[in-house]
Amino acid sequence: MKPKTVSSQMAITWGRGLKISKRSKPLGSRIADICIWVTLLLVTALCVLPLLNMVSISFSDRVAAQANEVGLLPVNFNVGAYKVLLGDTQFWRSFMISVERVVLGTALNMLLTILMAYPLSKSKQQFRSRNIYMNLLIFAMLFSGGMIPTFLVVKSLGLLDTIWSLVLPGAVPIFNIILLMNFFKSIPSSLEEAAIMDGATKLKVLFKVYLPISLPALATISLFAIVGHWNDYFSGLLYINKAANYPLQTYIQQLNIDVTKITDVSQLKAVAEISNQTLNAAKIVVSTIPVLLIYPFLQKYFTSGLVIGSVKE
Amino acid sequence: MDMKKRGGQLEYHLMLAPGMIFLIIFSFIPMFGIIMAFEDYVPAKGVFGSEWVGFENFKYMLEIPDSMKILRNTLVIAVGKIILGTLVPIIFALLLNEIRLKWAKKSIQTIVYLPNFLSWAVLAAVFINIFDYHGPVNNFLQAFGHKPILFLGSNEWFRSIIVSTDVWKGFGYGAIVYLAALTGIDPGLYEASSMDGANRFKQLLHVTLPGILPTIMLITALNLGNILNAGFDQIFALYNPIVYETGDVIDTYVYRIGLIGQQYSFATAIGLLKSVVSCVLILSANELSKKLANMRIF
Repeated sequence: MKPKTVSSQMAITWGRGLKISKRSKPLGSRIADICIWVTLLLVTALCVLPLLNMVSISFSDRVAAQANEVGLLPVNFNVGAYKVLLGDTQFWRSFMISVERVVLGTALNMLLTILMAYPLSKSKQQFRSRNIYMNLLIFAMLFSGGMIPTFLVVKSLGLLDTIWSLVLPGAVPIFNIILLMNFFKSIPSSLEEAAIMDGATKLKVLFKVYLPISLPALATISLFAIVGHWNDYFSGLLYINKAANYPLQTYIQQLNIDVTKITDVSQLKAVAEISNQTLNAAKIVVSTIPVLLIYPFLQKYFTSGLVIGSVKE
Repeated sequence: MDMKKRGGQLEYHLMLAPGMIFLIIFSFIPMFGIIMAFEDYVPAKGVFGSEWVGFENFKYMLEIPDSMKILRNTLVIAVGKIILGTLVPIIFALLLNEIRLKWAKKSIQTIVYLPNFLSWAVLAAVFINIFDYHGPVNNFLQAFGHKPILFLGSNEWFRSIIVSTDVWKGFGYGAIVYLAALTGIDPGLYEASSMDGANRFKQLLHVTLPGILPTIMLITALNLGNILNAGFDQIFALYNPIVYETGDVIDTYVYRIGLIGQQYSFATAIGLLKSVVSCVLILSANELSKKLANMRIF
């Protein structure tokens, strides 16, 4: 009996009962280890190299970048592109529009998510119309009028070319509402009952009882909302006509357009050669900095986000 | 007590009201816009004033060669993404699971999850540069004596690039769910099998894979709902007229024909067909995952 206890101890230490000791590992297993390491390192390199290339270009000499001499390290390291970028008023205008959109969009998303998730987390006995609302939400999630009818509605409301066209059409994040609803369902009802006894209204219960214990779920959902709003380039293209009012990612996407809108192969090559690669690279790098800044927090939470993403019955 | 309960009902309705107003305006009203698919919509006459043409737009869809082309492109790209987008994360998760060095595991995860959080606007710029005629990939090919290829301007390569860059962006993030499933496997099973003399490969086949099979089936079922979603944001950011032949998909076509070409009715008809088919697929996927893994999304 005793050896078994020891080895299950090992299983906990190593995560598995495979390795009793390093020495006892057979040759085949060691070769497999080497192959696994090599593959993983290659895959990881493959993930980071394209991004590194862009960063290197942004710090390189303009001529070297144009001549496609930049690989993984900058050629003639300099911050010239970033200096020019500091004075690029359109870039910063778009940057601020994106910031405004993230703030407004995330705030609205979260407010509506919280307000809708709470009543929906109640049972049919507690909230009689619950299933009607739920079915409407699921229907809206599964089926849509499509790009053109939605565009025409936004247009007829006079929202085109305003920040609201980027914020209001996606104001109700149904999937997130379902995530939070499931989280709320797991909160013991005794907490709510105690507060109601003390004379609290439902709204007060939601904000004073539910929200404080749902902070991790709320953090996960808001981080995803922030990234979603920041990264979306297509609404900007769809709803904003004046290039001066583009949010940042739409502005970035338009930098590529010179290359992508061209029908002729030789022209495509020519345009690619004259565009200011180092400046564009600097713009791209700076446009991802906000995402990189919240990435550590995201990483802390997104595993839990995925886990609450599905309901085990 | 009864009074209090009824009061609660009203509060619940009031809480849902703001969100429902937004849903009505931006989801349900556009659904009525679907009427346009059965009309010859003229903006000046509006949805209710335009001429009713019945199924004309749908008949026209069957007649033009573009329809087959965009359907084929959509399916080829989407199926490619579903297959590789399922396999690669599983393989990656299995490999990563073999690593015991905690800090190395953590660092690899930090790097491979990152692309998922970058926008296609940014990644398109990155890949346009990488796959440029004079770019790093072509430099590499030339070093081995190959002729350079204009990857993003080649109908031979475009779909492969779309599928592979999409897998590149998402595989790390996609692996999270499998890594979570792997930690849920009972260590005692490994212990027992190694006592029975199973080597690592045998353990993989008989312990690890069966352990994550429910997760694999669930994710595959959910992915099937995406069979008409080839990935608009990505393709739109990377394609150009030279590769319309292989890269034009339903969503990009609807955008170009409808919003740029202003054939509102025809584009809405295509969009409607896609919406209906997707809706059916997602519902079946949900049912399927309920059966396979006793899990569901809604």
